[in-house]
Amino acid sequence: MKRTFAGFALGLVIALSLTSLAGENPFHIAGILYNSAFGSRYDLGLTLFYTTPLIFCGLSVALAFHSGLFNIGGEGQLTMATLTAAAIGVFLPNVPFPLAPLLALAGALAMAGFWGFVAGWLRAVRGSHEVIVTIMLNFIAAGLASWFTLRVIPNPNSQNPETALVGAGYFLKDYDLVAKFFPDTPVSAALVIAIFVAICVWVLLWKTTFGYELRVVGANPDAANRAGISEKKIRIWAMGLAGALAGFVALGEVMGSAGQFKVGFSADYGFIGIAVALLAQNNPIGVIFAAFLMGALHKGASDLDLETTTITRDFSKIIQSLIILGVASHGLWVWKTRTKGKKRQS
Amino acid sequence: MSDLLIAFLSLLLAGLRMATPMIFASMGGLMSERSGVVNIALEGFMLTGAFIAAVVAYYSHSAWAGWAMALAAGSLIGALYAFFVIELKADQIVTGTAINILTVGVMPFLTKILFNSTGSTPGIALEDRFSFEPTVMAFVLVAGVAYWFYETHSGLWLQFAGEHPEALSSAGVSVRKVRWFSVITSGALAAMGGASLSTFLASSYSPMMTGGRGFMALAALIFGRWKPLPALAACLFFGVTDALQIRLQGVAIGGVEVPVQFIQILPYVVTIIALAGFFGKSEAPKALGKVL
Repeated sequence: MKRTFAGFALGLVIALSLTSLAGENPFHIAGILYNSAFGSRYDLGLTLFYTTPLIFCGLSVALAFHSGLFNIGGEGQLTMATLTAAAIGVFLPNVPFPLAPLLALAGALAMAGFWGFVAGWLRAVRGSHEVIVTIMLNFIAAGLASWFTLRVIPNPNSQNPETALVGAGYFLKDYDLVAKFFPDTPVSAALVIAIFVAICVWVLLWKTTFGYELRVVGANPDAANRAGISEKKIRIWAMGLAGALAGFVALGEVMGSAGQFKVGFSADYGFIGIAVALLAQNNPIGVIFAAFLMGALHKGASDLDLETTTITRDFSKIIQSLIILGVASHGLWVWKTRTKGKKRQS
Repeated sequence: MSDLLIAFLSLLLAGLRMATPMIFASMGGLMSERSGVVNIALEGFMLTGAFIAAVVAYYSHSAWAGWAMALAAGSLIGALYAFFVIELKADQIVTGTAINILTVGVMPFLTKILFNSTGSTPGIALEDRFSFEPTVMAFVLVAGVAYWFYETHSGLWLQFAGEHPEALSSAGVSVRKVRWFSVITSGALAAMGGASLSTFLASSYSPMMTGGRGFMALAALIFGRWKPLPALAACLFFGVTDALQIRLQGVAIGGVEVPVQFIQILPYVVTIIALAGFFGKSEAPKALGKVL
């Protein structure tokens, strides 16, 4: 825990120091990041808007990780899910309220689950490495989504690559207390559902037989085999579930705010989900807080374009990657003591 | 008939060009993975090479200078990766992902400082670019790697580092050093692949220009069973698919125009089918991904 925080702090400090290379004052940049993330109710609303998909993607990576798999395909899964939700809303515009969002969500989860299942099946049955397969599936999802958006259900009122709007019954906003508390921001009740889902994942992993089997497969596949747990079945399920978790992103994007699928709407949520899971050490409850931190960094960096002349919003990628490196370097502490020991010897 | 032959030959030639960056990268991947270090950072290495080569070639008006600096920069970022995964024992896939995200973030940071642009570098004049040299170098490289790999002592060390690291260390060779060397070389080679992208296939660096070629190079490596010549064949196959993809854009098959996106995802679909082992099973180096 301490080391995770230290790694986080180290990554953040190194990233901020880099800004002095561009002639900026790192403390000034840190101030901008903080103000932009938490400065007002509006800013906080946006931070929480980014937090929502990051919780889902963090959960997705964490769940797969517990079964010993690396789900780097969150991006493709959430793309397919959001597209599916938008497509349902466009093709069936007259479905009434409580049923409509449920229907769209079910479709989204099924599609994203399928996208994860493909990778899980290929890994379990054909032995293909899930990392490369999910990356390829990300590219395929992006291609399919671009085609479907531009050719099948384009938005007739816009030149942007986005789908038409879903029917009125699909929006949560009239019943959405979270959205009402943060007026003019896209944050929605999906945030509450994200926290609820995180608790569900925790229960699934630690309080159910399936969760136990999943963790055994991840920790020691040989032991799992001897205990009669089917490694293949568990891994296929784990990837399917991980896909579905990433698919929840559709809820906040389509039903919670935009009401459509926009090409490129995701700020690499699937990849930042890896950082989130890593920070949380794959604990579903920890994912909530890690997602909030990463969401704050993302929102914070978005104002760098306006507030500085040399640093752009892409700077958040530098911060995020250095934080991943800082947290992932568990050996850092061992390494430090080892080199110290060497010095003493010589 | 001769029209068809010409079309076929020009497709092969285009495939050869498209395969060039992937050949370099897959040889880089080969170095790293055969020594036991998983390398999904190839994408980031390539992006680094593409960027540095474009910047240096732009300022120096020499593609060769760009190439040399890309090699140096690739070695550096390879060393960074090696430091994290070998010395700090960080997870190889997590670190690889972080390196990939880092390069995506660092390039706009640098282009903003250098050119006040949000990602791309200025174009390189035609006479300052390569016309065919990288493709030749790629083939020479594969021959060199294959020879070194199977015919020399140090090549054997690298194989042992990935298969039986204990045997290598009991023979008195440091597995750590072998892996350091392999990962640094991996960075240099993949960066050369990136350089051939920005100074040979294109005329500048643009954001995300690798478009997953680093991952496809890795897939080609797995497809090619972690061996130099089969990996080369796999790269050529992907290269031709890529060239075919460009040719097929806007072409109607049976009166129906195939959507351009369907053709663009073709190489990725082929990669998955290849990875699924439908063209034969491939076995990874035994100690791949195992931390010392």
